[in-house]
Amino acid sequence: MGTFVQLVVDGLSAGSVYAAIALAIVLVHSATGLINFAQGGMAVLSVYIAWWLTTRGVPLIVALLVSIVFSIAFGALVERYLMRRFERGDPDTAVVVTIGLLTLITGVAGWLWTYNNQQFPSLFSLDTVSFLGVSVSQRSLGTTAVIIVVMAALQGLFLGTKLGLALRAVANNPESAAFSGLPVGRLLMVGWGLAAALGAVAGALVAPQLTLTPGMLDNALVYALAAVILGGLTSPVGVVVAAWLIGVLENLAAVYVPFIGYDLKVAVPFILIFVVLLVRPQGLFGRKTVVRV
Amino acid sequence: MTLLELEDLTASYGPVQVLDGVSLSVPDNGAVGILGANGAGKTTTLRAISGTVRTGGRIVFDGRDIRGLRPDQVAALGIAHVPEGRGTLGDLTVRDNLRVGAYLRRDRKGIAEDIDFCLELFPNLADRITSNASALSGGEQQMLAVARAIMSKPRLLLLDEASLGLAPSTAKNVYDAIRHLRLTLGIAMVVVEQNANLAFTLVDSATVLETGRSVLTGTSAELKGMDEIRRAYLGG
Repeated sequence: MGTFVQLVVDGLSAGSVYAAIALAIVLVHSATGLINFAQGGMAVLSVYIAWWLTTRGVPLIVALLVSIVFSIAFGALVERYLMRRFERGDPDTAVVVTIGLLTLITGVAGWLWTYNNQQFPSLFSLDTVSFLGVSVSQRSLGTTAVIIVVMAALQGLFLGTKLGLALRAVANNPESAAFSGLPVGRLLMVGWGLAAALGAVAGALVAPQLTLTPGMLDNALVYALAAVILGGLTSPVGVVVAAWLIGVLENLAAVYVPFIGYDLKVAVPFILIFVVLLVRPQGLFGRKTVVRV
Repeated sequence: MTLLELEDLTASYGPVQVLDGVSLSVPDNGAVGILGANGAGKTTTLRAISGTVRTGGRIVFDGRDIRGLRPDQVAALGIAHVPEGRGTLGDLTVRDNLRVGAYLRRDRKGIAEDIDFCLELFPNLADRITSNASALSGGEQQMLAVARAIMSKPRLLLLDEASLGLAPSTAKNVYDAIRHLRLTLGIAMVVVEQNANLAFTLVDSATVLETGRSVLTGTSAELKGMDEIRRAYLGG
């Protein structure tokens, strides 16, 4: 029993990181209708900025804030000067551009900072808290808490603010949004900037555990995409729940299903996607899109 | 006073010249129709005004040349475009569609009042206020598109084929409501409409486009009296 609960808690903690990347992907998708495969890569770049600052003696919290500001600007610039050219065209082209961007960022990070693992300091202590026979690190608790706050803030932004309404309108129909006076270009930059900031937070949370490399978030991106599909592209809450589900199930499967083990556990989210989408094509929490001809 | 003046508008999609000298004048509180066959340039003329198509010539709104402005800048001047195919925000609820329409306004109280006004004008929408726009019938979507435009308190409404795909009785209801808006709010209009009989219930005058050029302009009464207009657009 103790092992089971421990696995669940560890799974929630890992799932929280997938959730953060997934939330960034949902944010960009909500604002532009695109899946940004470079979301993880952009986050890694921000973490490198923070890491580089800490090696220059800047306090961690300041370095993180600077990297978040950097990522907002970087996200907005990527939208304005790269994605803008592709957004009105074929969405497939735009998605391929984001994959290209991921490759480019990974290469540039490797060139600037090498592919060696770098130690990244943690915001939260590794000391454990014990209750009910389960020991949980403060880092796991902190990571999960940050994700819950971010999720609630996003849900509030989209459903409770005028900016959120505008971002949803632009994603749904940019031309009609412009006819109502919405500055479409600026709103897209805001959406990308916010998403990049979210990715930077996720990257900083996970970097101490994974150690910093240019490809640090590649695996997390795969899980995050799984969470996005599973949770439904339109629902921040759904995506976080799905990410937790994936984190927990992959941990449990690795231990309790003998033929899966640690080697095959990466397949678990995809088996889950397959089963869920058979029953609910819009994802667990997504709204059904009705197309009327 | 003239609110909108188009002078010798030209536009092309790639090598294809779609507008080749369109001129049009809309007085304050006036409603002007654009008639013409498919491909004559009616929709493109509206898109030129709202800034979604690059054009040559002059587009003067309220004494100011607005050619080259972005669509959101044009909207901010008080021009609301109800595009062909309605252009509602399908994934948003009816209420959110109306709120988006009021995006540039800051008067919370006035916005709430105008939402009530729209729901009174289109009672069907009141019943569907929390539905996604994509779940509405074609007629309801057209009403929502018009209501969304009204929410911006425009001085000029660009209306593109509001009857397209609607049952005749529904189309008539939509036009009755728009005529009511015209009379009560005094909004000027440019109306593109295949169904000229319907258009003439709303507009004071109209211009006829042929292959991107204004070939004839007159009051509704004059145009309705012309044999070639009757044959081409009024069904005999």
